[in-house]
Amino acid sequence: MTKKILIVDDEPNIVLSLEFMLKKEGFDVAVAGDGDAALEKIAAFAPDLVLLDVMMPKKSGYEVCQTVRADPAQGALKIVMLSAKGRETEVAKGLAMGADAYVTKPFSTKELVAQVKALLA
Amino acid sequence: MNAKARFAVAVVVLLLLMTGPFLLTAGVVYGDLNEEQRLSFIQAMDRWLPIGGLFTIVALFLGLQLLRGLFKQYVQGLMAMAETLRLMLGANRNFRVVMDGPPEVQELGRAANDLAQQRDALLDDVEARIAQANTSVEEEKNRLAALMSELALGVVVCNLDGRILLYNNRARLQFKALAQGPTSMSGGALIGLGRSIFSMLERAQITHALENIRQRIEKGSAEQVANFITTTRTGQLLRAQMAPVLSATDTKESPAQVTGYVLTIENITKNFERETQRDQALQSLTDGSRSSLGNIRAAVENLIDNPDMDPAYRERFIGIIDEETARMSERLAKTTTEFADSLKTRWPLEDVLGMDVVVAAQRRIEDKLQMTTQSESLEDSLWIRADSFALIQALTFLASRLQDHYDIRELRFRLSSEGHMAYIDLIWSGTTVSSETFYTWELESMNVGSDSTPLTLRDVAQRHGGEIWYQREKAIHRAYFRFVLPVAEPQGQASESAHALRGDSRPEYYDFNLFSFSDSRIDLDRKLTEVAYSVFDTETTGLQPSEGDEIIQIGAVRAINGRLLRQEVVDQIIDPRIPLKPEGIPIHGITEDMVRGQPTIDVVLPVFYEFCNDTVLVAHNAAFDMRFLQMKEARTGLKFDQPVLDTLLLSAVIHPNQESHKLEAIAERLGINVIGRHTALGDAFVTGEVFLKMIPLLAEKGIFTLRQALEAAEKTYYARVKY
Repeated sequence: MTKKILIVDDEPNIVLSLEFMLKKEGFDVAVAGDGDAALEKIAAFAPDLVLLDVMMPKKSGYEVCQTVRADPAQGALKIVMLSAKGRETEVAKGLAMGADAYVTKPFSTKELVAQVKALLA
Repeated sequence: MNAKARFAVAVVVLLLLMTGPFLLTAGVVYGDLNEEQRLSFIQAMDRWLPIGGLFTIVALFLGLQLLRGLFKQYVQGLMAMAETLRLMLGANRNFRVVMDGPPEVQELGRAANDLAQQRDALLDDVEARIAQANTSVEEEKNRLAALMSELALGVVVCNLDGRILLYNNRARLQFKALAQGPTSMSGGALIGLGRSIFSMLERAQITHALENIRQRIEKGSAEQVANFITTTRTGQLLRAQMAPVLSATDTKESPAQVTGYVLTIENITKNFERETQRDQALQSLTDGSRSSLGNIRAAVENLIDNPDMDPAYRERFIGIIDEETARMSERLAKTTTEFADSLKTRWPLEDVLGMDVVVAAQRRIEDKLQMTTQSESLEDSLWIRADSFALIQALTFLASRLQDHYDIRELRFRLSSEGHMAYIDLIWSGTTVSSETFYTWELESMNVGSDSTPLTLRDVAQRHGGEIWYQREKAIHRAYFRFVLPVAEPQGQASESAHALRGDSRPEYYDFNLFSFSDSRIDLDRKLTEVAYSVFDTETTGLQPSEGDEIIQIGAVRAINGRLLRQEVVDQIIDPRIPLKPEGIPIHGITEDMVRGQPTIDVVLPVFYEFCNDTVLVAHNAAFDMRFLQMKEARTGLKFDQPVLDTLLLSAVIHPNQESHKLEAIAERLGINVIGRHTALGDAFVTGEVFLKMIPLLAEKGIFTLRQALEAAEKTYYARVKY
């Protein structure tokens, strides 16, 4: 069965690359542009994994992550945080909020795909 | 028996002496006569009695005059001389008995004057020697003063009650700039010897810093200074460093006690703004570049991995690369310019023992909020880099929010570390907080009860380069707030070297009597010599405040420790908003031109109020000035309710037999040169000098404390005449 991935980011320039790459890898991909849209899409699209940007309008990635983790129905959902914030404390916070992985930009697309696959395996 | 009673007795005796022998003789003669003789005796008496009586009355009147003259010359004259002699003995050495009255009294006066002459010669000799010794002390003091005034930092020395013992010009300028209202006139209304430092800096913060220092001294730490940052009422940021002043005794049995502290103060508002700017520059360089670089890298990797990509997609990826590189170049250029004018300053964090912070926070939460706190697994040798005051404020703030919104009664603390990160956790059981609520708390000002600060939790986290979040431990039904803070390098135990260092560097040239001051509020049982005073005078348009007369000038000067501080003054002309009375102008010398454009009483009174805060008011004929101030109470809301001492009443207490208690007369009696009278400040200076001279004279009368002085003044005759 095709795995579903939701990309949450407010920057179209990274969304295009991620979308292209993940589609090529054979995933079913959807996109959300901010925190609120992300929560709606998670409910409607029911992804297996979310690529979640931290700095976004409306709700931050941290908030989205904590909200999702508070919902037991979403227990199986994998969350990978993508962020331009790379300090140790921010990484720790992301993981504490319940992210499965925290990837700082810039990242290697190959490694990201490998990580996504590993999480979904 | 006092003089008046004795005079009355003398009058009665005189009356008896003049009438007694005559009546007695008449009685004896009368008893010796037979019936017939008696009848003719009475007839003779009837005829001669009116004339005899008249003679007696005239003689009695003459006798009374004589007696009064003698009483005035000898008894009252001697009493006045006694007062003069007391003056010569104490307040005014140069005063001499004026030759007046009968030769015997004059002779006594001459002898006393000669004696005074002899004493003066001796005293002059002693004084010359003292002066010599003082010169060298003075030189040392001047050297210290010069050193202090040259410092680019503001320096304030305080005793444990927060009374200012010493400050330099830089500190005065800094606080002057911070004073609210028209600063040109306050001239240091906030700062001043004997004033409380707490009117400028937050009490809690100073207490906290002092507590930190004490703990360090107990542990024998080499680092005996504490740093803190404080925000003033006007939103300025001050960085303060506190160093303790230790008592002279320092032995094994009684180690040195902290008797006060030196604060070095620096206004870092500008630096902080630059710092924020620099942070932003750095942030936009790193985080901004990360994001762009990420976009480019992903696009490039896609292009490389897919050489046979659909041309439309290829076009879009190349577009992304073009756009993002242009954006990066632009950002780099922009931040380079901004970065050029921002200085490298850092938020001064201190190395503190994590446990100390936790224990202090626990104590504060228990005291302030009456919550119970427990600690579990505190890592005991974990040093963190932190602004401990802000951190404790943050923890207290969170505790109070939990108490208010979720009725949490008990909190647990945990302190742990991981690599370069230290965690302080504030844990509770039961009710959980929604993450939305926490996000609101994070951005609120951390106000707890009366403690207010503009800082938010987010600010505190950012200052520390840390993070803060809310997390749940579902399995055991608990939740916690976690503060992530940078770990500091552990500090060595350098107690011995610290001891040696301290011994060498302790200054020896401080001789501040104020160090023994106690209590910061006005305590009526304090000695008159230990109170801080604001001596003031006003000039007014006229004498009737209730009929619309207004204050047109206020002058005030600080007096403390037997000294008048002529640089700590208020000197302000006020626009009364009514025409001046022409008859008043020659007295106060203030013309229409002078009041025009000056601030009104509404502006000046708050400054004056601030100046007088925490001090005892002194004025000559204070009732008059106080009435003018009271007239403004309703409008300005400023109540001058501190104790007031009146030099007029005190003079009547000291010299009840002197005729005049006018300021000039008192000044002359006490040997004070009067210059610049009839300006408010000039009169305040004279009043202040007079008052300081009176303190030892009051002591001779057994009046030592503020309460005694107030009571004695109230009992004098003059006090009963209400203005």
